[in-house]
Formats: sequence, structure tokens, C-alpha cells
Amino acid sequence: MTSLLKKDRLETALPDKKPLYSSAEARAEAERCLYCVDAPCIKACPTEIDIPTFIKKIATGNTRGAASTIFDQNLLGYSCARVCPVEVLCVGDCVYNGWGRDPINIGRLQRFATETAVDHPAKNAAPLRTPKPKIGKKVACIGAGPASLAFAGYLALEGFDADVFEKRSVAGGLNTTGIAPYKLQAEDALHEVAWVESFGVQVKTGIEIGKDIKAEDLVRDYEAVFLGVGLGEDTKLGIPGEDGPSLTRDDAKSLGRVLVIGGGNTAIDVARECAGLGAADVAMVYRRSQKEMSGYAHELEGARLEGVRFVENAVPHSFVRDAGGKLVALRVSKAEGGKPIAGTEHDIPCDLVTLAIGQSKLRSLATQFAGVELDAKGCVKADRETGKTGNPKVYAGGDCINGGKEVVNAVADGRNAARDVLAKLSKGS
Amino acid sequence: MADLSIDFAGIKSPNPFWLASAPPANTGEQVMRAFDAGWGGAVWKTLGDPIVNVSSRFGSVDYDGRKMMGLNNIELITDRPLEVNLAEIRLVKKRYPKHVIIASLMTETKEDWRVLIQKCEDAGVDGLELNFGCPHGMCERGMGSSVGQEPKLLEEITRWTKEFAKTPVLVKLTPNTGDILEPGLAGVAGGADGLSLINTIKSIVGVDLDRLVPVPRVGSGSSNGGYCGPAVKPIALHMVAALARDAGVRIPISGIGGISNWRDAAEFIALGSTSVQVCTAVMHYGYRIVEDMIEGLSNYLDEQGMKSVNELRGRAVPGYREWGDLDLNYKLLAKIDPDKCIGCQLCMTACHDGAHQCIFPGSDAERARPPHAHAHGNAVRPKTYLAGKLAGDRVPWIDEPECVGCNLCQLVCPVPDCIEMVEVPHTGKEETWNDRVAQGRTKQPGGIHD
Repeated sequence: MTSLLKKDRLETALPDKKPLYSSAEARAEAERCLYCVDAPCIKACPTEIDIPTFIKKIATGNTRGAASTIFDQNLLGYSCARVCPVEVLCVGDCVYNGWGRDPINIGRLQRFATETAVDHPAKNAAPLRTPKPKIGKKVACIGAGPASLAFAGYLALEGFDADVFEKRSVAGGLNTTGIAPYKLQAEDALHEVAWVESFGVQVKTGIEIGKDIKAEDLVRDYEAVFLGVGLGEDTKLGIPGEDGPSLTRDDAKSLGRVLVIGGGNTAIDVARECAGLGAADVAMVYRRSQKEMSGYAHELEGARLEGVRFVENAVPHSFVRDAGGKLVALRVSKAEGGKPIAGTEHDIPCDLVTLAIGQSKLRSLATQFAGVELDAKGCVKADRETGKTGNPKVYAGGDCINGGKEVVNAVADGRNAARDVLAKLSKGS
Repeated sequence: MADLSIDFAGIKSPNPFWLASAPPANTGEQVMRAFDAGWGGAVWKTLGDPIVNVSSRFGSVDYDGRKMMGLNNIELITDRPLEVNLAEIRLVKKRYPKHVIIASLMTETKEDWRVLIQKCEDAGVDGLELNFGCPHGMCERGMGSSVGQEPKLLEEITRWTKEFAKTPVLVKLTPNTGDILEPGLAGVAGGADGLSLINTIKSIVGVDLDRLVPVPRVGSGSSNGGYCGPAVKPIALHMVAALARDAGVRIPISGIGGISNWRDAAEFIALGSTSVQVCTAVMHYGYRIVEDMIEGLSNYLDEQGMKSVNELRGRAVPGYREWGDLDLNYKLLAKIDPDKCIGCQLCMTACHDGAHQCIFPGSDAERARPPHAHAHGNAVRPKTYLAGKLAGDRVPWIDEPECVGCNLCQLVCPVPDCIEMVEVPHTGKEETWNDRVAQGRTKQPGGIHD
């Protein structure tokens, strides 16, 4: 394990919010499913998993078949089961909602099927997926996040040599480093990476494009190149006192009063994680009202129930530090319509401030590939259906083309690009 | 509150609900608790020479998360000494004089029957039930269903018992026969005072797929058992009705088979039962279920304006017709309530794959009819189509000219009262197949010789 993932990380103590079902629980839940036709839950899934089919298979005890149905559409169904905001996707569209009944817990059933079939296969069970014989063609992926892993995994199963180049020391992308640990622990994300590697995918960490390998060499040497580079560094506030010692990870061991800046899902994840770790007080500071926060309503409600407070209509002004440089408060201005009102500055005492106000775009990476263009927001321009960029050999998917969506969207992009590579191959072009 | 008391061949019972001869009526302690709970009578676990049982004894069929839709057993008759049973019967009759105790009996020789009947009647039973039904174990020894399947033998033994019995004799029939009328009428011919049916159905309830041995498993093997529970109710209803409408059967019937609640009981009574007997539902949920059975049946009778359960008895018997006497001109159409529909579209797939291809997705204003459809051309969404409050245009629509009124959509719909089968105004003239036969108009186009 690399230094990024020390064994004694604080968050490893967080309990799983949606633990693995026992087989009796899974069967009882699966038997509730109506087995709708042309089901709304399928349409709500970015990877269009055939949900009623896999659930019925769980109900009959065909767990391996259930997992296989999931992996047909979503090779990373193992992590998606745990990180998907199912409340706004499949579960949100379950027909039971309209009827006033509890919707089916699709995420937990998917976790049961994938985790059971991958980690606890039945005696003599055939492997869930067996790669076809090598066809002597190779593809490369930049970035080892979910989009690239889906692309590489599907093509490896079709007999391609798939190389994944990752700048960081660990693979898995945000699944490893950016998911709230009460949903998915980094070790579990890496376990999934290892499963994809078992199809023959080669993940090479610590490799930077433009430094260790040239973009043009990749385009020359590989059948296709997939850009799954995600987003860049966390955005900073750019206000006085921002850089200082109390923003390091080590201080988190004695969490006192925590302020989380932002109103999106990452901010909520951080706030809930801090609350779960026993912080004395956690508050989300947002420049507009709680209603206008972009985070999912069910996550906000979860945060509220866990004791997270909301400081609305407040814009950070500066970090207040004592003589030794230790953070003592965040100075904020009252705001109207998200804009600070002059003269309303006041201090909110705190021991830790965390920022969750977005990530920058990796503008210079993608453009090293001839023909690849960025849109006005800095996202890689790619066809929505196939991931094709301006360079016929280069595909892109995931956060680098959509600016930051769910893991399941990234998986769909990687899979769709893989299907386009296969379609091209079968056409002989 | 309607009067639930009955008179079954002279046996007076406070209500029609009796425990069937089975584990729930095995001991006096159990039967007294059952009477305290409200049961009107009990048919004691079959008496005879005590037997030896095996382990395990029961197997069941579960369905979609509900347990014991059907139950199968390989348990035999009482394994307790006769004198112990009789002493308990005496005690129960002493403490509960107004409740009914019927002794279920199974033995072999005429002399055995004589002694057994005399001992039971001396103990104070209200009646006797001859177990000619059990299709497992005892039948291998020439008793139980091996008698029930031989009408002549059944009649003969019934006649013997009538020679000895002072109390009413009920003959319990096995359904493991081609035509239930044969054993039923044999019982009548033998002088039976009542008929009880059905006993269990010969069955293998399942196979242990790991060991590849049928269940219930006894070591390395299994045996066929007797099947009962909610799953067998339709079979039992049919057999009860067949006897109830036969002119040769003028004796009361005690209905048995999958009765779990007052509705089931009301159906058996409406098809001709005087009392009903319950086993599986009690084995599943306990004696307490009788409270709802009594209350529910009473409320139902009140709502129907019936003062006594006797007014319900047999009321659905005339509603049974031969198929050839059904009206061919009666027509129903399915109608979906758009605001109740949740958009699962199970009706649509059931209709397309399992019925007559006349339900289409709401999003289609027009749909090509399948090539084999009765009417050709496209199906057009009715002008009255409304998107639903919950399901929007996932509410399907019915291609009315193609709907045959089969009910399947209504049966699969998970939402109560969402799909209604609406009567199409009648052409005014009923016509049955038998009418056509009488008029020599039975030929449909497209026959074997066309």
C-alpha cells in the first residue's frame, strides 16, 4: 500500500452506512420487486443495467447470474452499487414510489450480487468473466479512474492488450481517493481495480503523459487511446490566510469544530464524514440558502440528521489565525444572492476548514493529443454517444468531458467508447 | 350479528369452524386451547393402533417470500395409546360439552372397527370420521387412501361402521381419484351421514438440489406425502361443488382444503359445505386465526342480509354450469384506471406473451397489430386515453376490438382495483354452445377438413 493509503487512516473506522445484505435479506428484498416491463429503473441508470432481471435472479438464488447481468452493462457494478446516488437514479424511479410503498433497495441488491459473486463465488463456479484470446491489438488509457477501467476492462475481455497509465501512485481514481468512506473504502476500490486487472489490464502508476510518455507516441503505438483523466486540483478560495498548517490531514485526528465550505455533494460527503468521525461541531458554509445547495436532497437530509448545521448566505472573507499561525476562526460576510454584503464580516470560531468548491480542469493534458479540443468550460469535447474526440484514434469520457458527474456516468462513457472501438474493428476500418 | 351455529347431521356446533384431523387436534390440551380461542369443533387426530413416525415429516412450497403456500406431510395417524386419547376426549367433552369432538378413525378388520367405534362413543364423541384419505404410509398397509380409491371397499367398510355406530358417521374422501363422485356416492350407499373432503393430495413437494433427494428428507431418502394448504383450495372447491350439486348426495359436507380465513370458509359454504375444517393455516399461525374467521364471516353475512350461516350454504351451487351452457355472447373489456396505474406494465407483457396481444404502451398512439391478430390493420389508442397521475404515459391502453375479456391483465396487476373488467352491453340474446349443438351450428371455419 502506498503512502497515500496508510493503514491507520482515520476514516477506516467509519461504519458502512449500507452494509452487505445477508442472503436471506437479499432474497426478501428481491422478492418485493414487481419485475416491471421496460422498467423505469433501467432507464434511470446511466449504464442501463437490466435491474428487474438481476433482482429476479437474486430471488431465485442465481446470484452469479445476477452479477453477470450487472457486469454486462457495468463492469464496475461492484463500486457503483455502493457509490451511486440511487435515490436520484434507479431507486428514485421505482414504480413503488408513486404508490406510497418503499422503493426496492436496488443499490444494496446490486452490492449483494456483485460482492457475493466476485468475493465469495460458489464452489466450482465458472469465472464471472473470461477474456477472449488475444487479438494482437492494444489500447491505452490515460488515468486509472472508473471511465478508463471500464474501457480497458471491456476491451481486455475482447482480447485487446489494455494499458492504463496513471500519474498518481494509486489506481481507481476518485473511487479510491474521493468517495465518502462510509460508502466505499479505498481498499475496496483497489480490490475492484485488481478484479479488472485480472482480465489482463495493465495498470501502470506513476506515469505522466508529456513527461514519461509522449502523447504522439501513444497515438502511434496503440489502436485507440482513451482519455479518462478526470479533473485537476481542488479549487481554492484565494482569500487571506488560506495557506496554513491547520489545513493538513494530521490535524484531523482531534476534530474540533469543522467548517465545510460548499453546498455540493462533495461538501456534504466531507461534512457527514467529519460528523461520523466525532467532530465536536460540523457546519456547512454556503454563500446562498440551503435550498439552493446543489447537493442531493437525501444527502442533505442525512447530513442534517447526523447533526451537521448549515450556515447559509455566508461568503468566506478570510482565515483568522493566532500569533502562532493556528487557525482560530473563519471570517465570513453575510451574503445576498451569493454576493457578500460589505461591513457584515464576522468570525465563526473553528479548528478546521475544509474546501469543497470544485476542481479545476486539466486543460493542458488533453490538448497534447493532436485534434483533441476543449469546450469553453475547459471540458474535453467528445461525442456523447461514443466518446469520440476530434482525433479519430482518441476517445474521452468521465469527469473530463462532463465537468464532474457520477462514477456510473464515467463507467457508461468508458463502456460506450469500448463498444465503438469494437464496432470499428468489426467493420474492419 | 348473524347466527353461525350449525347442525351437521344432528351434530350441533356453535360455529362451522372445526379443526381438521391433524397435528393441531392431536391432544386434549391442544383442543381445549383451540376451543378457548373460538373453534367450534375438532376432528381428533386419527385414532387406531398407535404408529411409529419418522423425522423429518413436513415439506412446503413457498412463493415469492410467502411461506407455506402448500404443505406436504408424511406423518401418520396418532402415535399415542388409544386409552390416553380417549381419556383426554372424555375430559374435553366434560369441560366443553357444547363443542364438537369427532373421532377420526382408521383401522382394518370389521372387529377392529367395532371395538374402536364403541370405545370412542363410550368416551363421548359427537361423531365419527372414517379416514379413507391419507395417501402416504397408511395406504401402503391397505388403509387410508387405498380404501378411498376403491369405492366398493369404501362402501363396505362404511356399512360395517354404520352397523356399530350410534353417532353420525362422516366419510373422509381422498382427492386421489379420477372422479370424486364415485367414492362420494359409495359413501352415501354405505349409509354415511356426512362426507368430509378433501384429504391430502399425493405429492412430492420438492427436491433437495444439493443432496438430490426429495423432501421431506428422512436420512438418505424420502417418500411421497400428502399435499394441503392454500395451494389445494381450488381442487377442494371443485370436488366439494361436484358432490354438492349431485342429486345422489343428500347428506351434509364438511369442506376441507386450504381454508385459511373467513373468505375461504364462505366460499366452501357457498359451494355446499355445512362445516369447514382447517389444518395448515393453524399449523402456520396458530389457533388465534379463528377470531377473524368468526368475525369476518359474521360481518359478511350481516352485509349480505343473511341472518344465519345456513342461508349461505349452497348459494353458489346453481352458479356452476357445464361449459356448454355458458353464454357465448357475454363480453368483457379490460379498463385501466390511469390514476391508479403505477406503470409497471406487467399487464402489457402478460397480454402480449400470455394472452391476446391487445395492450400497448401509452407512448404509442398507434401500434401495428401482430400479424396473427383477429382484426387486421393498426391498433389505435382510444380517444379517451388519459396519461396517469403516477405513471404518465407509462399507463398502457387496451386495443378494445382485440380484447377477449380474459382477465389476465387484471390478475397480474399489483394495484388493487386498477384494472376493471367492464361488461360490454349485451346483444340481448344469450346463446350457449349447447344451443348451437341443438341447432347443428357447431362448425367454425378453419377446421381439420377445411
